[in-house]
Amino acid sequence: MDALRYVFKRILLMIPILIGISILTFFISNTIPGDPARLILGPKATPDGIEELREEMGLNDPLYVQYGRYVNGIFHGDLGESTYSQQPVIDDLERYFPATLELTLFAMLITVLIGIPFGVISASKKDKLPDQFTRVFALLGVAMPAFWLGLLFLLLFYLKLGILPGSGRLDNGVSPPDMITGMYTVDALLTGNMVAFKSALIHLILPGITQAAVTIGMITRMTRSSMLEVLQSDYIRTAQAKGGSENRVLYGHALRNGIMPVITLLGMTFGHALGGSVLVESVFSWPGLGKYAVNAITYLDFPAVMGVTLLIALLFITVNLIIDTMYHLIDPRLKYN
Amino acid sequence: MVRRMINSPLTILGLVLVLLIIITAIFAPVIATHNPTEVNLLSKLEGPSGEHFFGTDEVGRDIFSRIVYGTRISLKIGLLVVLISFPIGTILGAIAGYIGGRIDQIIMRATDIFLSFPGIILAMSIAAALGPSIENVLLALAATWWPWYTRIVRSSVLSLKNSEFIEASRALGANPFRILFKEVIPNAIAPASIQASLDLGFVILAAAGLSFIGLGAQPPSPEWGAMLSSSREIIRDAWWAATFPGIAILITVLGFNLMGDGLRDVLDPKQR
Repeated sequence: MDALRYVFKRILLMIPILIGISILTFFISNTIPGDPARLILGPKATPDGIEELREEMGLNDPLYVQYGRYVNGIFHGDLGESTYSQQPVIDDLERYFPATLELTLFAMLITVLIGIPFGVISASKKDKLPDQFTRVFALLGVAMPAFWLGLLFLLLFYLKLGILPGSGRLDNGVSPPDMITGMYTVDALLTGNMVAFKSALIHLILPGITQAAVTIGMITRMTRSSMLEVLQSDYIRTAQAKGGSENRVLYGHALRNGIMPVITLLGMTFGHALGGSVLVESVFSWPGLGKYAVNAITYLDFPAVMGVTLLIALLFITVNLIIDTMYHLIDPRLKYN
Repeated sequence: MVRRMINSPLTILGLVLVLLIIITAIFAPVIATHNPTEVNLLSKLEGPSGEHFFGTDEVGRDIFSRIVYGTRISLKIGLLVVLISFPIGTILGAIAGYIGGRIDQIIMRATDIFLSFPGIILAMSIAAALGPSIENVLLALAATWWPWYTRIVRSSVLSLKNSEFIEASRALGANPFRILFKEVIPNAIAPASIQASLDLGFVILAAAGLSFIGLGAQPPSPEWGAMLSSSREIIRDAWWAATFPGIAILITVLGFNLMGDGLRDVLDPKQR
């Protein structure tokens, strides 16, 4: 019950944030780019023609009326029309979103599976060789431009060695699995389509690792420092004194408490990975939101850019809400306030 | 304090790298072996050699010289973004923490809103609205970066606010603005300035990313992200074009990170 109340409270607290996000995106999309009417009509427009279109588009209304219209549009799923694809932006987002979600979730999975054990090992062998190794690895990961790592992967594994695919989501000739979630690996598993599953999974490897490289560094560093703190506490010494095996003490006792700060960081990491998707997807021609946004930038397709921005912000705060709730569920010491 | 810094080999490495980058930027015309924008179709796509240390690109420009000149662009962006966003963030954070009440609420909600976008996405949309250019990327990054400083400074101000020396100035009847600028901010600024030195690297990384997707520096500018972006066309024939600019970014970001980490260890040992 407590958990429900907590979630409810958090959702209420999200309302001002949502309003703020809409004001900010409204400001960016409607106030910064100069006069949209002039942009649409081009350099040869007459003042009368511009005035007419301004009136028609409602640009002469007071700002709060325009804002009201903008928000009303968002609530009805109207994010404008992409000037490049000539489709409603919302339809485009629907089409590209599952690919980004799949890639980001895959990258997060790699991050957790590698980052947390690396951090634990690093902390348990503090200042010894494994620790030095992981620390350097994490440092490089955080300082490295992911899109550059992607280029190197492409060069090595796709162009030189030819062992992994370097673009797209499926091999040529493999048809996508029946649409359920839009995430090919998941849909293929659900429909038992192993050919598509294998192909989709192989295509995820390079972009997934690329996107995970940065976040692995972040999670490893956090796990390490959190574990170091926990490992000094009395109850760990007790567990060791009672003769618990090293692994049992580490993973059974220490990690349980050391993992808490790491979980909060996961939300931020997810945001980082989502943001990084813009770069990584464009390296691997991954047909997701990032590639869509970059395309939109190239063709000055502004409604599309704003649609992606809005969707990613919504996703980011939702994920943080989920993670905070998880945090409260896992840690009984917190009483939902 | 200095000894502690010198004792850490990684901090030294960071300082050396940063120094190296600054020297490269200042003496770029001396260090570069070629004109960074000079096109020479006779020597296009040549691999690394004694003549062209890092090879040449699709129109025969010397990649080494371009990377050397690119240091200036990256360093300039990093410094300007931090120099714009740091004071704004600091002042807002100090006001929020010191005055409190409704003003605090408003400022902090504003940071919440800015931080509910992944940084690069917000910067991307602002830069896209302003139009692709390096100056606009700079503005866009500054607009996304300040909330971090606001939060850090606010929390240091909150812990300082009721300390005795502030209390004393207040008792002496000093003007609140004087207290804010002469007493509170100077004492609350250390953690945020550590963050700023770390951020120099991250700003450079973000700017390279935005240039990579076509928002920042436009070709033929020797900006590292833009160079990597155009290297994609020739990656099959010229691995060097896709490799060296990335190493330059990595070294620069690493340098500032190590330096920032070292500063933190010295100035703020609790955070270790």
